[in-house]
Amino acid sequence: MTRLARLVWLGVVFHFRHLSRNAFAVMTTTIWPLVYATLAYFMFRAGSDPETLLFASIGATVMGIWSVTTVDAADTIQRQRWLGVLELLVAAPAPFWAVLLPITIASSAIGVYSLVSTLLWGRLVFGIPLEFEQPLVFALAIPPTIVSIGLLGFVMASVIVRFRAGWAVGNMFEYPVWLVTGLLIPIALLPAWVEPISWLLAPTWGMRALSDAAFAGGSPFVDIAMCLVLSVVYTVVGSMLLGRFLESARRRATLSLT
Amino acid sequence: MTALRVALLGGLLSFRGLFSWLHPALFVPTLIVPPLFQVLFFAYLGRAAELETDTFYVVGNSIQLAALPGLFAMSHAIAGERRSHTLAHLLASPASRVALFLGRSLPVMAIGILVSLSSFVFGALVLDVELSPGSLPLLVLTMAAAAFSCTALGLAHAAVSLRVRELAVFSNLVFAVLLIFCGVNVPLDDLPGWMSTIAQGLPVTHAVEAGREAVSGATLADVGGLLATELAIGCAYLLLGLALLRYYEHVARRQATLELT
Repeated sequence: MTRLARLVWLGVVFHFRHLSRNAFAVMTTTIWPLVYATLAYFMFRAGSDPETLLFASIGATVMGIWSVTTVDAADTIQRQRWLGVLELLVAAPAPFWAVLLPITIASSAIGVYSLVSTLLWGRLVFGIPLEFEQPLVFALAIPPTIVSIGLLGFVMASVIVRFRAGWAVGNMFEYPVWLVTGLLIPIALLPAWVEPISWLLAPTWGMRALSDAAFAGGSPFVDIAMCLVLSVVYTVVGSMLLGRFLESARRRATLSLT
Repeated sequence: MTALRVALLGGLLSFRGLFSWLHPALFVPTLIVPPLFQVLFFAYLGRAAELETDTFYVVGNSIQLAALPGLFAMSHAIAGERRSHTLAHLLASPASRVALFLGRSLPVMAIGILVSLSSFVFGALVLDVELSPGSLPLLVLTMAAAAFSCTALGLAHAAVSLRVRELAVFSNLVFAVLLIFCGVNVPLDDLPGWMSTIAQGLPVTHAVEAGREAVSGATLADVGGLLATELAIGCAYLLLGLALLRYYEHVARRQATLELT
């Protein structure tokens, strides 16, 4: 158990450092959310409700975390294929979930860059005051948000590992999750059937936790608890899927295909 | 004749090999799903901001989405050759560079039009956007103009990949600039003056304006000037792209960076 925990922790640290030196990952997480934050600022400024600008900042931050998780988790597996180490990692005595899980958590963890960049961008360029009602709770909500989004990426990566061109799937989940989890758009504006789907997705609860802490609305601790519950669910589901898809990849000899 | 063969057959083969020989079953959804959701995302964001109508976002985003293949497929046409270790052979060949790279841009332009059209049709159906059947041909023409200018911009920025290893970062930035500056989601009048001035020299801006006029009932004569400007901007980027390709090929040969992955 201790060895597994150590492996997971070292994996997170290693991949976090590795991704921090990857221009694409850093750009995706720091600059890409600024694009959407900027568009949201202009749209809400030109529209009717300028008080939602801080909400837009937080929403763009969570968008950045999901973006880097979905795109980079898929891309990292592909990179390991190109480097020829994916087969070795699968063949290693350590369970493969303990190798894959840190990659996706590290991908979402570099989302902290998006938190800093987006909030600073809003403050410096658009003059949005960073006044949080419960700053400590806001800070407390960040780790469970990141971990739960990373674990959602783990579920996705568990399926992707089976396919040679899984990297291409990453982008496909970017907009749909942004749309249905209420990051910039209130879920009430979407068709009613979307809301139950949003409950199953970690960005919904992460966003609620952060915004409830920032504006003292709702109960951020319930949202944090939901992030933790979903984290456990994602870990179990992801591990089960990974077992299945890994077996399929071994049987069809697709692991090393580039 | 040889140049035509290089352009057509070479372009077709290169397109087939794009994105690591991605299977059509996966390639097609990547061209349909994210664009459709981009249209829906901004239409709903527009509703939340109470800024413009759904038609504004459906037309603007579907035309801007011509830049998706225009930028990423063009840059990958060179990056993919490098990754497959065929770039040096390609550039060592005596084939005309104009035929090589224009050939690679033809399928990209066709895909650009299809991406624009499919995202418009899906977006209009889902959001119940009304459109008179008569305006569709003119709208497709504006999409074609945008696909041409975006592919030309893609060629210009793909040239940089002869010098830079990881161009995806740059492609994303250029795509973002088009999304913010060109009046796709925020009317040009609501943007700061310097941004709308820059937008006048970018692809997409004039096509989006022409597209919005087309769906509101304008004729070809009404939007002819806008389309001509969009095409002229495309021609300027095309010439710039060919010049940059020539320059960066020379630099990459001199500095032996062609095969760096």
